Amino acid sequence: MNWQGWAEIALTLALIVGLGWPIGIYLARVWRGDSTWLDPVLKPVEAAIYAACGVKPEKGQNWLGYAGAFLGFSAASFVVLYLILRFQDLLPLNPQGFAGLAPHLAFNTAISFVTNTNWQSYVPETTVSTFSQMAGLTSHNFLSAAAGMAVAAALARAFAANRGENLGDFWVDLTRISLYVLLPISFVIAIVFVGLGMPQTLAAHIDATTLEGAKQTISLYPTASQEAIKQLGTNGGGVFNANSAHPFENPNAITNLIEIVIMNALSFGCVIAFGRVAFAKAEARALVAVMTILLSLGAAGIYAAEVQPAPAQVAAHAAPGPNMEGKEVRFGAPSTAIWTAATTGASDGGVNSMHDSLMPLGGGIALFLIQLGEIIPGGVGSGLYGMVVMALIAVFVAGLMVGRTPEYLGKKVEAREVKFAMLAVLILPTAILGFSAVAAVLPAALAGLLNHGPHGLSEIVYAYSSAAGNNGSAFAGLTANAPYWDTTLGIAMILGRFAYAIPVLAIAGALAAKPKLAPTSGSFPTDGPLFIGLLIGVVLIMGGLQFFPALALGPIVEHFQVLQAVAGH
Amino acid sequence: MSMSSTPVGSGRRGPSALSNSLSPKVLGQAALAAVGKLDPRKLVGNPVIFTTEIVAVLSTVSAVVAVASGQAAGFAIQLALWLWATVLFANLAESVAEGRGKAAADSLRASRVTTKAKLIIDPKTGTIVPTPAHKLGIGEIVLVEAGDVVPADGEIIEGIASVNEAAITGESAPVIRESGGDRSAVTGGTTVVSDWIKVRITSAPGDTFLDRMIAMVEGAERRKTPNEIALAVLLAGLTLIFLIAVVTLLGLGAYSGVKLDPLVLGALFICLIPTTIGGLLSAIGIAGMDRLLKVNVLATSGRAVEAAGDVDTLLLDKTGTITFGNRMATEVISAPGVLPEAALRATLMASLGDETPEGRSIVDLARDKGLTLQAPEGATLIAFSAMTRQSGLDVGGKSWRKGAVDAVLKTLSLSPDQVPAELSAAVDRIARSGGTPLAVSEDGALMGVIHLKDVVKPGVKERFADLRRMGLRTVMITGDNPVTAAAIASEAGVDDFLAEATPEDKLRLIREEQAKGRLVAMCGDGANDAPALAQSDVGVAMQTGAQAAREAGNMVDLDSDPTKLIEIVEVGKQMLITRGALTTFSVANDVAKYFAIIPAIFVAGLPALGALNVMHLTSPQSAILSAVIFNAVIIVMLIPLALRGVTYRAIGAGKLLSRNLAIYGLGGLVAPFIGIKLVDMLVTALGLA
Repeated sequence: MNWQGWAEIALTLALIVGLGWPIGIYLARVWRGDSTWLDPVLKPVEAAIYAACGVKPEKGQNWLGYAGAFLGFSAASFVVLYLILRFQDLLPLNPQGFAGLAPHLAFNTAISFVTNTNWQSYVPETTVSTFSQMAGLTSHNFLSAAAGMAVAAALARAFAANRGENLGDFWVDLTRISLYVLLPISFVIAIVFVGLGMPQTLAAHIDATTLEGAKQTISLYPTASQEAIKQLGTNGGGVFNANSAHPFENPNAITNLIEIVIMNALSFGCVIAFGRVAFAKAEARALVAVMTILLSLGAAGIYAAEVQPAPAQVAAHAAPGPNMEGKEVRFGAPSTAIWTAATTGASDGGVNSMHDSLMPLGGGIALFLIQLGEIIPGGVGSGLYGMVVMALIAVFVAGLMVGRTPEYLGKKVEAREVKFAMLAVLILPTAILGFSAVAAVLPAALAGLLNHGPHGLSEIVYAYSSAAGNNGSAFAGLTANAPYWDTTLGIAMILGRFAYAIPVLAIAGALAAKPKLAPTSGSFPTDGPLFIGLLIGVVLIMGGLQFFPALALGPIVEHFQVLQAVAGH
Repeated sequence: MSMSSTPVGSGRRGPSALSNSLSPKVLGQAALAAVGKLDPRKLVGNPVIFTTEIVAVLSTVSAVVAVASGQAAGFAIQLALWLWATVLFANLAESVAEGRGKAAADSLRASRVTTKAKLIIDPKTGTIVPTPAHKLGIGEIVLVEAGDVVPADGEIIEGIASVNEAAITGESAPVIRESGGDRSAVTGGTTVVSDWIKVRITSAPGDTFLDRMIAMVEGAERRKTPNEIALAVLLAGLTLIFLIAVVTLLGLGAYSGVKLDPLVLGALFICLIPTTIGGLLSAIGIAGMDRLLKVNVLATSGRAVEAAGDVDTLLLDKTGTITFGNRMATEVISAPGVLPEAALRATLMASLGDETPEGRSIVDLARDKGLTLQAPEGATLIAFSAMTRQSGLDVGGKSWRKGAVDAVLKTLSLSPDQVPAELSAAVDRIARSGGTPLAVSEDGALMGVIHLKDVVKPGVKERFADLRRMGLRTVMITGDNPVTAAAIASEAGVDDFLAEATPEDKLRLIREEQAKGRLVAMCGDGANDAPALAQSDVGVAMQTGAQAAREAGNMVDLDSDPTKLIEIVEVGKQMLITRGALTTFSVANDVAKYFAIIPAIFVAGLPALGALNVMHLTSPQSAILSAVIFNAVIIVMLIPLALRGVTYRAIGAGKLLSRNLAIYGLGGLVAPFIGIKLVDMLVTALGLA
């Protein structure tokens, strides 16, 4: 550890939160339907889309209508994407001549991109055609991100409503978020990335002759455009297997910094926008503080773990130094630490190092950040609504201690909200621990495992955590492209996305119908340091209580084993 | 911790049998009841404790199997016993809370009428047929004479009597009940001490006020309140989460090569689920009702108590709540050219027919100044009425009047500008100072002005400051004119006032407040208060009040003391705080339990996890047993707190929260580390594991 490392982490965090602010202010305008400076260009396009799709923007939907549209849209997207992947050999733009994907892989991949997970059970450069990549996967990088943010917008409106039921219109939100937020920002970032050396071409590959005279086929893609939305929409699915550790996806330190910043900025922006739409700016700042503090703790923990020498180094009596296994030499420990915390906290899943090779505690922190529910700051939209669910639980339990029925942002928290909040919270342990426990004893599942012992268990638990948290990063060490893994991981992704978002919309419906109460000096304060501390405590304790046993058998025991091994040398 | 419960109020005596202590008899009965509550059909309403019982049954079976197969079963037997103890302790908490109410109910039941009522079957002839009280129907008329017990709730239609209501209120001084007006309601079980009354029965047998009071006190009609339901949902959700966390350990443990004993997993599960708050939840609710009863307030539902904690706006009647009931005459200002003695004499003459407290205070003032008079022979006394707003006396062509300034001027056919300037100035001065000016006339001439002063009760201002810190807005309701009302409002420190208030104004104000999303509490006693009482979220009716008011409110104050509203709010808040505090404590406890049990169950297969044994517990078995024992014993240790309630302090939400978070949140994290370690030392010393 050195001060440059800490400074790099601190600077990156400051940039993330600093950029989230203006994005959030702009996003709030888009959510509210206010005018933006892009109106002259985009308003006609927006109107044309509504006209073509028969959307009546003024009408609005109640929570059931909104949830129905969200589910219907996701289901239709899944079917179309499944068919594209399954039959990409029959479709145009397949210069590589790839075959259609196997049913289980097409299922897993389609679910993965529709749920904003972008788990990739396959090696992209040898599996997916350019058409599948652009029309199928990239388009869902936009739409699944927009859908998540739409749900967040509906929740924000619920807090603003006073005895209402209108949560806005899902189709309008989907359109406006894609059109006014994701497309323009990605466009600008893609141009910057091209300028910084990322490829952007429809050509399949170039052939190079190496210094030794060997011939090498180097895959190409429209990488820059994919890279922009991959990070901006917390998608994380790369066009190369090595993801952002690949020099085309992440050519240099500047692209590395930009990628870290934009994979969190929009998630923070959703919180700021939530505060503006729900008339709760100070409370939104408290949520930003909670996310920032937890993200900093995660990054610091990983950095501290990763500057330790790897066990193999110690065993070989090699020169002491940070654990560089699985890390890009170009980026080093601090950049790996902040990226790893950001990508696991944000449900992004893009990586610039191999998480399997992190120290046990470093990998454990990454795993725990996912298991906290992808709320630090979480996926675009989904991170915000996940954090609001935690805030509701925190307010409900501790809020009683001020002697009033708990309220959050002027809405009473009662049995219905608690029921749906607990339903949402239950999904993660069910999907993560349930599938992991079965896979841990099922020969069909264990066949795909490369490591054994605690590290192997970490790989299993990480895979299901990543899927259920809609993160998409892999611990690796797991051959996931097999029918059992593809199917169960796909189901975990569905649960993590929809069994969470639908209860959230039900909460939104219940909250919208309640009167908006004015705060009094007897109300529970939800904007100060006290609440920030409380919410951090609740997030950590709730997460810890659910996953401590599993973590104890994975990274924690491995950590102590490493310590003992090191002590033995 | 003391086992006694501190009443919120100022030491008023509750219904006779409500003792403040847990007598051995009550405890004995509670212990028996706790065993009876093991019946799974009774436990199923409490998911956390029901789950505990299932695990206790399973562990008992496993212990029995171990004994039968000749294995070492000491550990299994101990675990099973402690799991049963957990269930019993939770049941004990509830039955102790109920037991205290039952004792009170028994004494109430004793005062239920067993004698025959005098049923009037023919109102014209007054023919009386002795009829058992429980056979009286609604609308029937009974005669109650001195020495008789009122057979059922009813309305006096004829007569006046003094009634001893000690059976209901615990207050033995008799009160006057008479037909007409707001004092016409009588309650079954009270005793007429003098005179007689004819009463029309208003409640069906078995549904009298006394019956309902017994049912409430016993908790027989207890339904879960909305917040309790929400909390139960949260606890059930946590239970499910821990079920998943523990059951999946079977698979994860098998992968790790650790053989897990299902009995131990069951123990881990019980330690993790929120048994502490699950076991104490219903006791907290019952104790809340009980605390209200101790200050002599009877809530018709737990829901009302809970709403009391949420109240945002308190509507307080000025008279009796903020000021002493009666305005007192303090001076008489004579008109220009009128001798002070003449003015005083006129004042006294005009007040002889005024039996109101204000009128009597004028007589007292005159007596203090050395003037006493009797009404002359043949005089016509004109009593004060709300309609004329004046009183007076007519005799032999002479007349005296005294009353509201505008009313007297109207009678004299004077316009306000015809009043001498000195008198006008005096009227203004009195009104501005919060007093009430009354004009006095003799034979059509203004004689002077009486200063009636409304004395604000001592300590009221500080109380309202407390309420403001609690986040409550106080609104003073008064029939006074706005000037008078404003003066008293500022003297008493209320946030707002409603002057010249009619019952309709009150109702409108409540609706306006509710439309802003505020919860409103008020108290009232008149029949015309009934709509407002019904509309308010917490409506406290006075026991001495009209029957209609008592039916409309959701609480009855047996002492008929309007300041009780403040105590009621505090009891409501205290109940919510206690729930939150114990939930936080319960969940925070889990951290330490993990650190006790996780290393214990895995250390054999994965020795490296021994590092997590931060408490240095003696052995895996002692660690598990200690956690289970701590988990069971903590319920018993917290019963007094659940019954007494966490102390409420009016220090503002932020301070209150940080205080309670420090005690029950941080305390909940730290306490079990110490507690489990102590139990482990004890278990080791006794050689139990």
